[in-house]
Amino acid sequence: MVDSQTVQLEPITAADGTPLKKKLAQALFRSRVRAVSLVLPLFAFVMASFVIPIIALMWQGVYNDTFSSYTPNLTEKLKVWDGMSQPDEAMYAALVVDLETARADRTIGRIATRVNQEYPGTRSLFTSTARKAKKLKAPFKDSVIKTNKKWDNIEVWRAMKITSQDLTPAFYATALDGRYTANQGFVSQDENRQIYVQLFWRTMMISGTVMGLCLLLGYPVAYLLATLPLRTSNLLMIMVLLPFWTSLLVRTTAWIALLQSQGVINDLLVYVGITADDARFSLIYNMTGTIVAMTHILLPFMILPLYSVMKTIPPSYMRAARSLGATPTKAFIKVYMPQTIPGIGAGGLLVFILAIGYYITPALVGGQDGQLISNMIAYHMQKSLNWSLAAALGGILLAGVLLLYWAYDRVIGIDNMKLG
Amino acid sequence: MLQANDPFVSFKGVQKSYDGETLVVKNLNLDIASGEFLTMLGPSGSGKTTCLMMLAGFETATHGDIELGGRPINNIPPHKRGIGMVFQNYALFPHMTVGENLAFPLNVRKMPKAEVEDKVRAVLDMVQMLNFIDRKPAQLSGGQQQRIALARALVFNPELVLMDEPLGALDKQLREHMQYEIKHIHENLGVTVVYVTHDQSEALTMSNRIAVFDDGIIQQLADPVTLYEKPENAFVAQFIGENNQMLGTVQSVSKNIATVMLDSGDIVKALAVNIGAVGSRTTLSVRPERCIVSTKKSAAVSTLDARIEELIYLGDHIRCRMDVAGDDQFIVKVPNTSGQLGLEIGASLQIGWKNDDCRALDFKQPV
Repeated sequence: MVDSQTVQLEPITAADGTPLKKKLAQALFRSRVRAVSLVLPLFAFVMASFVIPIIALMWQGVYNDTFSSYTPNLTEKLKVWDGMSQPDEAMYAALVVDLETARADRTIGRIATRVNQEYPGTRSLFTSTARKAKKLKAPFKDSVIKTNKKWDNIEVWRAMKITSQDLTPAFYATALDGRYTANQGFVSQDENRQIYVQLFWRTMMISGTVMGLCLLLGYPVAYLLATLPLRTSNLLMIMVLLPFWTSLLVRTTAWIALLQSQGVINDLLVYVGITADDARFSLIYNMTGTIVAMTHILLPFMILPLYSVMKTIPPSYMRAARSLGATPTKAFIKVYMPQTIPGIGAGGLLVFILAIGYYITPALVGGQDGQLISNMIAYHMQKSLNWSLAAALGGILLAGVLLLYWAYDRVIGIDNMKLG
Repeated sequence: MLQANDPFVSFKGVQKSYDGETLVVKNLNLDIASGEFLTMLGPSGSGKTTCLMMLAGFETATHGDIELGGRPINNIPPHKRGIGMVFQNYALFPHMTVGENLAFPLNVRKMPKAEVEDKVRAVLDMVQMLNFIDRKPAQLSGGQQQRIALARALVFNPELVLMDEPLGALDKQLREHMQYEIKHIHENLGVTVVYVTHDQSEALTMSNRIAVFDDGIIQQLADPVTLYEKPENAFVAQFIGENNQMLGTVQSVSKNIATVMLDSGDIVKALAVNIGAVGSRTTLSVRPERCIVSTKKSAAVSTLDARIEELIYLGDHIRCRMDVAGDDQFIVKVPNTSGQLGLEIGASLQIGWKNDDCRALDFKQPV
């Protein structure tokens, strides 16, 4: 024992005397370099096109320096203001100076937009006062208020104080139908202005429904695929994969042709006599349209993981269950179904996560109440240009997805997932 | 009511075809007595597993009747047949523990919980696996899974247990051990067992009777001794144990002894078992251990010139590959006795056999 321990203390060396560990590292160096160089292009691409943009956009959700960078003087004053007392002369003076510069630099529009996000209806207040800023004389408090009485409103100043903070939870508060105020902290938004939370719930509900429908429709198909003889199942597989080879837009517009009030399905229903000509079903441009089209489009994502799991279940399990006295139904429920749980989990998670981020289909066939949160994110990215709010909404969605992964891992185990 | 002598399982003129063009099982007639251990033995594709699956109810017979306990069961679904079955890959439910696997057949029969518990423990005790009750099948070795599969097929006290090559996946030593264990369980419980295998030594070890299948037909149905000692045709002689086959033409038959001219021109005598008229072709079969090796010709037995091609020393016997009557794959097992003839490669000898030890069978071109 003692001998072997003393031997262990000496580092093991290769035949030429170099330590074995070093020698091994040298020997493996080339293969490591090759492995890294194979992965590197994709890694760089993913970093540049995926990871960095996500981080940058997420950062915008909590950081916005539009106001502070264009109104340096006012920002300084707002920082020390307590948000409760009436704004003093110095603050009004700083406001006038900054508005004047902003008008000259043509940045006033951005400032106005930024404050308007925080306190709607103040956009013109800024632009009009900026136009007059040059002519204003001291005492500035009186002259500014004279141009527009709103400047006397402390809420405007509180909104400016909030917007002057670069690092702000205000966008997340908005995204959750709340407001972050200078004097009260977080308060919830007026009832008639609350839209996002409801939209999040609707997104979850529609995604859940789509997932459930996909499972319901996909499970028997996957079972057939896994159990039919190869020739037949190949044909069926092609039919399952066919949608993948067709453009998303084509599939979505095909549903418009089918579901619209003068469309194929309604015509058929009228012809058969299920409904009257003047009482056609509205199957599209509402939630029904979104659910139908999304279920169709996401179905393969449910079928394929289910199929790959079912393919690995030998038929002898069912036979064993039957020989042990279980009816076909019982054998299916007690023996077959539990073994497909990894596939149900993988397919369900995949469809759900794809669904909550779905954008084009609801935009085309969703109408008013078939819109999802992603359509709102797109609206803020493209129309209202409130990227910070879009980032906050996206951040919440991302957190939701991660939460789902976590829950899935806890309940089923992520290593149980089989995608193909 | 079932009479004492009535067969427990009975195949009556059963045929099976999968594609409507070829018959996998051709006119099967087989009676199995209650408490019997019957093995269906044959090469792959011989129809033996199909027969088992028809008996279990997973395949339907294309023609004919299968009776269990005097009742036709063609139209009874598998779960109502009450037949225990052990599968080749065990088919233990991977999401259930050993205990749950064993309780499954009892639970589907709606047996009270306490009784289920007792039965599961009793059957686990029988296969000496009581300590593994809470394990998942994946945590068990092949042999252990095999025992559990066996226990699960027995736990609901079926009168008939089917086994489809249950030992195929085990290593040699474990397989032999399990053979004895299954044999003992069969003897203790008195259940009827229908066992399918392609391993002839397994069949010989365990069975009361063996049905040798080939080409969808039972070639011979007999107890192990008869099957080995008195094969009815060339296929059985070839498939069970080792044998030397020689082709020839029948020249005359008298008192069950046929005189056959081999293709090499030598004339030998053999027991006429399964031959046609004089002039027809025949396959002669003689076991390697029944050959008599001597240095000179003998009048009492048929003898042939032989030359030793290869010697393999196996301890208890010496295996000689010889060139006999134009066939250099002729095997003779020479017992390792003290009076050994100086066997050496290239030596010329005489080999012969008693007339009864060489069986003249149907003609079959060797492959």
